[in-house]
Amino acid sequence: MNASLWALTLLQVLLYAALAPLLVGWVRKIKALLQNRKGASVWQPYRDLYKLFGKEARMAHTASILFRAAPYIVFVATWLAASAIPLIAIPMPTSAIADVIVIAGLLALARFFLALAGMDVGTAFGGMGASREMFVSALAEPAMLMAVFTLAMTAHSTNLASVVEYQLVNDNILRPSYMFALAGLMLVAIAETGRIPADNPATHLELTMIHEAMILEYSGRHLALMEWAAQLKLLLYGVLLANVFFPWGIGQGTGFAAASIGLVVIVTKLALLGVALAVSETVLAKMRVFRVPAFLNLALLLALLGLLSHVILEVGA
Amino acid sequence: MTALFVTVFTPLLGGLVLIGVQRLSWAGWINILVCSATFIGASTLAIAVARHGVLEGFSFRVDAFNVYLLVLTAFVGMTTSIFSRPYMRYVCDTGKTNERGMRLYHVMFQLFLFTMLLALSTDNLGILWVAIEGATLATVLLVSLYRTPEAIEAAWKYFILCGVGIALALFGTVLLYFAAQHVVTEPSAGLSWSTLHGVSTQLQPAIMSLAFVFLLIGYGTKVGLMPMHQWLPDAHSEGPTPMSAVLSGLLLNVALYAVVRIKMLVDGSLAASSSPHVAGYLLMGFGLVSFLVAGLFLHRQRDIKRMFSYSSIEHMGLMTFAFGLGGPLATFSALLHMLVHSLTKSAIFVTVGHATHISGTQAIDHIRGLIRTQPAVGWGLLIGVAAIAGFPPFGVFTSEFLLLTATMQTQPWFTVVLLLGLAVAFAGLFRHLHPMVYGPMPQGQQPVKANMLPVMVHLGLVLWLGIAIPGFLARWLDRATELISGVHLL
Amino acid sequence: MSLDHLTLLQQFMVVLAAVVLFTSFVLLQQSRLVAAVHAFAWQGALVAMVTAIVAVAGDQLHLFFSAALTLGLKALLIPWMLHRLVRRLELDRHSETLRHPALVTMAALALVIFSYWAVAPIVQQELIFTRNIVAVSLAVVLIGLLMMVIRTQAVAQVLGFMSMENGLFLAAVSATGGMPLVVELGVAFDVLVAMVLFGVFFFQIRESIDSLDVDRMNRLTERVDEP
Repeated sequence: MNASLWALTLLQVLLYAALAPLLVGWVRKIKALLQNRKGASVWQPYRDLYKLFGKEARMAHTASILFRAAPYIVFVATWLAASAIPLIAIPMPTSAIADVIVIAGLLALARFFLALAGMDVGTAFGGMGASREMFVSALAEPAMLMAVFTLAMTAHSTNLASVVEYQLVNDNILRPSYMFALAGLMLVAIAETGRIPADNPATHLELTMIHEAMILEYSGRHLALMEWAAQLKLLLYGVLLANVFFPWGIGQGTGFAAASIGLVVIVTKLALLGVALAVSETVLAKMRVFRVPAFLNLALLLALLGLLSHVILEVGA
Repeated sequence: MTALFVTVFTPLLGGLVLIGVQRLSWAGWINILVCSATFIGASTLAIAVARHGVLEGFSFRVDAFNVYLLVLTAFVGMTTSIFSRPYMRYVCDTGKTNERGMRLYHVMFQLFLFTMLLALSTDNLGILWVAIEGATLATVLLVSLYRTPEAIEAAWKYFILCGVGIALALFGTVLLYFAAQHVVTEPSAGLSWSTLHGVSTQLQPAIMSLAFVFLLIGYGTKVGLMPMHQWLPDAHSEGPTPMSAVLSGLLLNVALYAVVRIKMLVDGSLAASSSPHVAGYLLMGFGLVSFLVAGLFLHRQRDIKRMFSYSSIEHMGLMTFAFGLGGPLATFSALLHMLVHSLTKSAIFVTVGHATHISGTQAIDHIRGLIRTQPAVGWGLLIGVAAIAGFPPFGVFTSEFLLLTATMQTQPWFTVVLLLGLAVAFAGLFRHLHPMVYGPMPQGQQPVKANMLPVMVHLGLVLWLGIAIPGFLARWLDRATELISGVHLL
Repeated sequence: MSLDHLTLLQQFMVVLAAVVLFTSFVLLQQSRLVAAVHAFAWQGALVAMVTAIVAVAGDQLHLFFSAALTLGLKALLIPWMLHRLVRRLELDRHSETLRHPALVTMAALALVIFSYWAVAPIVQQELIFTRNIVAVSLAVVLIGLLMMVIRTQAVAQVLGFMSMENGLFLAAVSATGGMPLVVELGVAFDVLVAMVLFGVFFFQIRESIDSLDVDRMNRLTERVDEP
């Protein structure tokens, strides 16, 4: 029994790493189709990673040990953060650490090293990217925490597994706070994962790039790890949105059947989310970097409204 | 009841008729005629109320408190219409406005009187709100009648500030209705003042005090209480003079009337709670601040109508303070003060209208030598200001003296503050008045055709009220005092 | 009364009320007039929907009338009038730069919290299922007030005023299940007349200062002009 639980956990952790490139490939494919292109296969991100891992990792003369270590730290921290979020089933040993504060902390750790690595070599772009990244995250992080706390207040726990369980038990209640939190978290997710309109992952347009600017000096397996970490982050936010707000279908038992149903359901949900993301990226234009604070202020506002509407409208004195 | 309907609906009818009247000379006379009919109706109503006590029905209610205000409103409306006929002709001849503007003026004057009378006579607090908002709507176009940039600015300020205030008052009214729903079973009676007054002890104190705050801020904006007074000097100084007379003499009174009616409900509800006088204290605070600050502002005015509008704020503050103080003597003095202030202030505005006509400007610095140019106007202004500043033997002195006595009895320290404020206001008025009345006459200043009859009647009444309050009026005011404070004075 | 005691329809009403509050924020932040008019129209429509749901869920059928009144007046007639005025005044492309948008948002959020605190005595009364919305309606009123204070464009100020009225309609519905009919009609009439007068004023102001930026109207102050 215990062994099978751990096996399931291991499966979930591996699934995160395995599914992350697929989600990116899927979004790219849909975007290509929407733009009347054929586009690369959905497996292309895997091939890219494979290719990069096979290449030699070159480094600048000025790079320190930090630069060398950063990709591993970033990848592991992001992976760890992702693995804590219930993917296919709730009752897992990792549920104990599936706390939003832990996840936010791990993501902050990853971001910290990413920014340090960006500045380490001493190129202008790296520094610029790092400063922008910190600027965006300084605004995005409070919004994210506020949005998640809204859920936590309803469920009386900051543990995501408990939040999801609470949702499943008390379903069919319309909560305005959830609606606001969902909208706020979506905006945060877009900004944090570097998607349009906050950042454009597809270009190296010097003046506007954020994430790409920081990893400009990386090559080979280091670049592969950085890319993979970014893909994991997208998956992380996708799963967070899909499982916390629409948890229906997630496995509540530990059996193989529940887990496989959970897997099918989450893949479907992520596919739909990917389509939505692709559509929004096709419709929207990238905004100026200086407009990003307004964008994130909106996210913060939505999150705060979620919190307030929970207190005002849902609790009742 | 017929008398009531005649009083309230004559102006509405008159307003509708005046829409169709093309000839300007007729319109002025019709205006006077309608106002006189209203006044006759109001007088008949007053006799009926004096004979039968309270008159109720069709969600109207006329008792001792509002009947005298109804008569006062009709009376000031009538005298102002007599003054405005030649005055507005003169305005029209100078080209400040045109025939359309004149028609608008006459129609809106009547509609304004209608809303005032409706607000005073209705028993429904919702209708009261609608009528007071209606009064803003009726007067706002008149404030901008001259279409100067200043007039438009004043009108916009008036509209926006009073709109905001009145919106908050509506929120207060909603809260009041909410409190009533716990007590009154019949939903349509939930806003009836008389019903609520009957059950006021059962109304939720917490909700009633919240409602009172909103209503005080809302209607207080209309009263011209201090932080919300910004619209008042502008609207008074830029609008046509007859409008300033009725705004100062009537609108402020009616808004204060609304506040006092609400306070009566709140007092009943809070009587058993730990802080029964909250409403009174709030009124005292707002009133005192308005009284003192407006007194200081009097000193720095350059525009004669602006100066007298600050004097209005000052007096409204005094009345608010008196109503807040409570007790029979203070209430009686406040009621008397409402009466004499309306009469005096409208007389002053009428005189000021003539004075600005003579000198062709509203700037205090350029109004000089009135008494030499036209003694009637000069003396009228002098006596009017003496009356409003509280000189004996005028009625204002009587009411202020009564108020000081009442203050001495309950809150002796405030007497000092009040005396100080009165002295400041007195000095402010007279330092401007003296050169205007006595100063050297500018070259070529000509007397104008002025109808000083309304002024003389008003000031004569104020003098009469100062020397001896007639018995029937004293009994009226006493009954109103009893209604508000629960205790007889006489 | 916490949310899980309500029926689905009543929960839906609460969600709509929350969206009304959100439209207030949109209105506050919207710098383009036409978009702001649309946001205002949506707010009116949402208030009307809340009213209609209260009518159904609370079995207060007279509220259907006030829902229809709100819809007609606040979602259709007044936005239409404003839209026409904006076009006739050639303000379609006008956009106002907002000063300190983040600060204003924070102030508005503070107002929401204040409203919650202020109406706490009402919320403690177990009377009807709509009482949680009273705080929202007061917040809409106060945010409308804030909008009138911070915006200098006359049309935007009027939008703030009208949005205050929306809050008042919502308050009447949520706190008391609607005011008596005669009062409601009177209020609606006053609002309509006010709108017409506002329209007249737009033209008067533009004639006088050649713009609708009311900050430029500053002739009447307590400044002492030394001669």
